[in-house]
Amino acid sequence: MSEFLQLVFSGLTVGAVYALVALGFTLVYNASDVINFAQGDFVMIGGMGTVFLAAAGFSLPLATLIAILAAVVVGLLLHRLAVEPARGASPVTLIMITIGASIFIKGVAQLVFDKQFHSLPPFSGADPISIGGASFLPQSLWVIGGTLAILIALWLFLEKTLLGKALLATAANRLAALLVGINVRVVLALAFAVSAAIGAVAGILVTPITLTRYDVGTLFALKGFAAAMVGGMGHPVGAVAGGLLIGLMEAFGAGYVSSTYKDAVAFVMILVVLFAMPQGLFGRRSLERV
Amino acid sequence: MTILEAENLGISFGGLRAVDGVSFAVAAGEVFSIIGPNGAGKTTLFNLVTGIYRAGRNGRIRIAGEDVTSLGPHLLVRRGMARTFQNLQIFFRMTALENVMVGCHLSEKTSFLADLFGWPTVARQNRATRERALALMERLGLAQYARAEAGSLPYGVLKRLEIARALATEPKVLLLDEPAAGCNAVETEVLDRLIADIAKSGVAVVLIEHDMKLVMKISDRVLVLTHGRRLAEGAPAVVRNDAGVISAYLGDAGATEANRAHG
Amino acid sequence: MLAAVVTSRLATLLFLALVIAVVPVLAPSSFYLRVASLVWIFALAALGLTILMGYAGQVSLGHAGFLGIGAYAVAVGPARLGLDPLLSFFLGAALCGLVAYAVGKPILRLKGYYLAIATLGFGLIVALVLHSEAAVTGGPDGIQVARITLFGWRISGATTWYWVTAGALMIGAALALNIAASPSGRTLRALHDSEVAATGVGVDVAARKLAAFVVSAVYAGVAGGLLALMNGFITPETASFMHSIELVAMVIIGGTGSVLGAVVGSAFLTVLPQALTILQEYEQAVLGLLIMVFMIFLPAGIVSSLKRFVLDRAP
Repeated sequence: MSEFLQLVFSGLTVGAVYALVALGFTLVYNASDVINFAQGDFVMIGGMGTVFLAAAGFSLPLATLIAILAAVVVGLLLHRLAVEPARGASPVTLIMITIGASIFIKGVAQLVFDKQFHSLPPFSGADPISIGGASFLPQSLWVIGGTLAILIALWLFLEKTLLGKALLATAANRLAALLVGINVRVVLALAFAVSAAIGAVAGILVTPITLTRYDVGTLFALKGFAAAMVGGMGHPVGAVAGGLLIGLMEAFGAGYVSSTYKDAVAFVMILVVLFAMPQGLFGRRSLERV
Repeated sequence: MTILEAENLGISFGGLRAVDGVSFAVAAGEVFSIIGPNGAGKTTLFNLVTGIYRAGRNGRIRIAGEDVTSLGPHLLVRRGMARTFQNLQIFFRMTALENVMVGCHLSEKTSFLADLFGWPTVARQNRATRERALALMERLGLAQYARAEAGSLPYGVLKRLEIARALATEPKVLLLDEPAAGCNAVETEVLDRLIADIAKSGVAVVLIEHDMKLVMKISDRVLVLTHGRRLAEGAPAVVRNDAGVISAYLGDAGATEANRAHG
Repeated sequence: MLAAVVTSRLATLLFLALVIAVVPVLAPSSFYLRVASLVWIFALAALGLTILMGYAGQVSLGHAGFLGIGAYAVAVGPARLGLDPLLSFFLGAALCGLVAYAVGKPILRLKGYYLAIATLGFGLIVALVLHSEAAVTGGPDGIQVARITLFGWRISGATTWYWVTAGALMIGAALALNIAASPSGRTLRALHDSEVAATGVGVDVAARKLAAFVVSAVYAGVAGGLLALMNGFITPETASFMHSIELVAMVIIGGTGSVLGAVVGSAFLTVLPQALTILQEYEQAVLGLLIMVFMIFLPAGIVSSLKRFVLDRAP
């Protein structure tokens, strides 16, 4: 029982991070139909940026803030310099562009930072809290709480602000949005900026638990993407559910089956979901129009 | 002889009954038209017949007497069903000739491995296919476009190219989805003769068309759909004067007007 | 006339043969020959992807997985099962075909992004297995590959391997060109343009995609086997995600759907890192930048763009 609880805790913690990455995917995908493979690298920028800024003498809050801003700048540049010039290209071309961007970011990161693993001190102590025989780190609460806070903030932004509504409108129908006078380009840039910020926050929250390095983005991107797909591509609630589900499955897979193949869980999940229900858990079924 | 029998076809999209219990049968050499206002379910009916959508539990489709209800679209083509599409579905990066050659592929007798190793049969097959495709293009007045990349051809030509490609499969029944849409008067005229010609060769032709002049002229029988249901069926002259059909197209007020005009 | 030459099948093969013949004359050192051999090997793998991506329009982001299977077959076969190296090489290629058949049957129903991710997942799982099953594969440290002997003749040395790999590439190129000009090739290109229309003329789209996937996997398997035999040593890195991306980048940079394009792309991405070894720190950044720049500004690739340039000016 206590082992079960332990696995649930750790599953929800990683799952929350996957959920945030998936949410970033979803935002960009909805606004622009682009799958941004560099999404995971925002997680890295958040984590590594904070580590190095803190080491350079900045206070932790200031370091996180600058790191998030750095990720946002990278996200905006990515949109402006790589995605926007290739608008209308085939999915394969767009995939390769963002993969190229991801490789580029990693390449630059190993120059700017280094090739070592790094960690951050936990935000509020390292003494494990124990519940029902299972123990977990206070940092897990930060991750889960932070995820909840971001979800609420994002929901408020999308539903209550004009800019958020413009984003939703663009996602629903780009041409119609253009016709009612929404500056679609600004909105798309906004989607990249917000998703970069979300990714960076996820990276900062999780670094005290999982360590970070210049190339951790790849696995985060893949699992975040798996989460978005399992939940039903383009569906925010689905992305969160998919992230938590994959986190839990991974934890249980590692705990009860084999920790060696933990990283394969996400893909097995993708395949199972895609074949059982091709539109994901929350996506609607669509018929091909001829 | 009846070639195509569709029985009790139906499908719903999210609660909306797009096609509801429609049945019809078409004989060899016959031109059978399906008309109806926009959104009446005509193309959906085509998609049901050609296996792109699954016919409902009680639906039945037969080709020349054989039950083909559960067959996938590509297998239906083998049984003798070919179609064109409302929104052009052309192989844009291939030449017009290659488009028709792909249509011939069911009669091509080479395997993937033979093709990979370049057996001598492949070159022979290629020649035979090319000749057959060219002959077909000749018949449809497309020979001059054979070498052009399909993506560069005008709309009216592409509409005919789709028909040529469908004919290349040597169908028993040919379904044409709005072949005259976007065509000018001359092109429609050509099309008119072409469809009559195809029917005369013994193919059962099923036609969706908005050009009423064309429909009334070349159809042997007409099926009228509204809201996914059959409204009327019969010879063009009968359907034209059907009060229900007129009100479906023109609304009740229009029907009264039409009545008065008929005197 | 010029147009006919640029597009002809025989001309492509002759040109390739010419290049292969000239390289040893211009660059006789064994270092250059080894680099050129690597170019031929990766070009072979890229050719397989050309059939899958260029002809049939189906993406695979996991083809390094097949490279890995082919490579480990020639290592594991002799070392753990006592099989003849040459037999292991062919078994490896066959295994790639079988795995591709089993994996491709469900996966190829997916389209676009979904197919990309599913194939990526496949490649990752292969790499993970090669990494983790150390008892068989030697784990992350890699494994020694037995030298191959043919009729008592030990195949070794840069020059020998140059001609072996070049021969394999020529065969691969001839087969890829055969497919392009055949009925099967037409159906592949057709389903690339419109699956609906291809189905509409009776093409069994699923079966055709699967055939292309299997053939492309065998290409990658053969390339992997050659790589392992030539280097005499292999690590799980062969099957890595980065490697899969490089293979796709080779196809696109060279020119999707073009046989010469696959060779040019392979040359580009194989020679470049060798040239960059002085600046090793920058290798990854440069590679990423190159992929982006090509995708954005020259999405048709080097060879196709050149071809268009020549054809547009042909009388």
